[in-house]
Amino acid sequence: MKREVPLFITAVIGLFMILSFFVPHHFVSVPADFLQACAIVLVACGYVLGGANVLKVNVVGVIRQHPGWPYQALLAVSLIATLVIGLLEGPGFLDPGMRSRWLYDRVYMPMSATMFALLAFFIASAAFRAFRIRTLEAGLLAAAALIVMIGRVPLTNALMQWAPEWMRLQNVQEWVMDVPQNASKRAILIGAALGVMATGLRVILGIERSYLSGED
Amino acid sequence: MTTPSRLESLDRRWLFVLMGLLVLLPLLFPLALPIYPSPPVKAFRDAIARVPDGSVILMPCDYDPSGAPEMVPMTRTALRQLFRKHCRVVMLNLWNGGSGITDQVLRETAAEFPQLEYGVDYVDLGYKAGNEAVMVLMGQGIANAFPRDYNGTDTRTLPLMQHAHDYGSFPLLVNISEGYPGTKEWVQQVQGRFHLPMVAGVTAVGAPEFYPYLQTGQLQGLLGGMAGAAEYEKLQREVGTATRGMDAQSMAHYFVAFCILAGNALQWTRRRGAVS
Repeated sequence: MKREVPLFITAVIGLFMILSFFVPHHFVSVPADFLQACAIVLVACGYVLGGANVLKVNVVGVIRQHPGWPYQALLAVSLIATLVIGLLEGPGFLDPGMRSRWLYDRVYMPMSATMFALLAFFIASAAFRAFRIRTLEAGLLAAAALIVMIGRVPLTNALMQWAPEWMRLQNVQEWVMDVPQNASKRAILIGAALGVMATGLRVILGIERSYLSGED
Repeated sequence: MTTPSRLESLDRRWLFVLMGLLVLLPLLFPLALPIYPSPPVKAFRDAIARVPDGSVILMPCDYDPSGAPEMVPMTRTALRQLFRKHCRVVMLNLWNGGSGITDQVLRETAAEFPQLEYGVDYVDLGYKAGNEAVMVLMGQGIANAFPRDYNGTDTRTLPLMQHAHDYGSFPLLVNISEGYPGTKEWVQQVQGRFHLPMVAGVTAVGAPEFYPYLQTGQLQGLLGGMAGAAEYEKLQREVGTATRGMDAQSMAHYFVAFCILAGNALQWTRRRGAVS
């Protein structure tokens, strides 16, 4: 029963939600809306569960002094501090002048942007050390990358002003994006969509059971 | 140790220093390089231009501070174009860390138009967890999915929301998206299902994914990364942070291209030396 009931619920709700896509009658749409609202509530509960799990893992790591425990302590303290300040300030906690707003503007925003900005440095290093053209496919990839990367920036516009329209790298990169890139991306999208449909059907029909306590 | 081998084992910190300088110097000393708008960007501008003046526009801004350099300039320019057309904007965010920055951008841009009033001309519905489920639920009523706005006000009491019942209330969806959930999900769940015309602004790294949607007409226009934002600013005769950032991005792109070519040239030289 521990396995059959969840499988049955999944199958019934899965089939019902597919039905709601095609049948707009209120006998179907009203329960479907209710299920959608339940899904949103579940996702919100998931955040609480996730936060509690992060806290538990890191507090245990600090108590047992796992390698890197000072970082875990910092994470746990930051999490608790942000949570407590937000709860104390209540609604409007992100209004100008609030402590939560200060944390968001002065801590979260710069750190988040810094993490993303670091990519530029690592891409340069990887391009120099790791991007090796050893095969025809790698050569094609490098050629496409160079055309798009160089063709999309205004320095190329300035350098190629002498060239006739058809020779300008900006137009060549537009062609690369519109034709070969588009064709391959479409193939990937269709393949992925078929894969998602197959996985969805496997879950609804109870063939795919990995979401039930990790069993296949 | 030969010169190619020495260069191949170059300390990567030198590359970091060079990259840092190539980004920093053009920001300090702008080059004012020429920017030519591409067809997807012109299509984005034209799609907004075609919307009747005074329309209510749905604008989900799905990003957080990590994508700010690319996303914020396009959000600002799109908001300015909409406000100049007296369009009213309903903004929301499906990224849990993003509502602070998108609300700030909305308020700062609206402040440039003194006649605009919150609740009448623009509304920020804030963040809602649930990704695609929120998109589908909004189809049954915007106020159902967002009973309260970013400030905690009952959305049903806001005058603008009297004109924004469901997706049928909007002639256009303007999505600015950094990733998941974002443009792909809005196309799949809303454009495909409710046939709402849509344009999108996305990160440079994500832009190739949306060209198929652009070609099929599911997206009527597309801004790709900071380059797309700069081209859009050029079309709107603005000089914003994207335009200023393109000089730095030009240098960075050329440097990465140089690194690819130099790394391979060094390897070929070393191999040829080993063979001979």
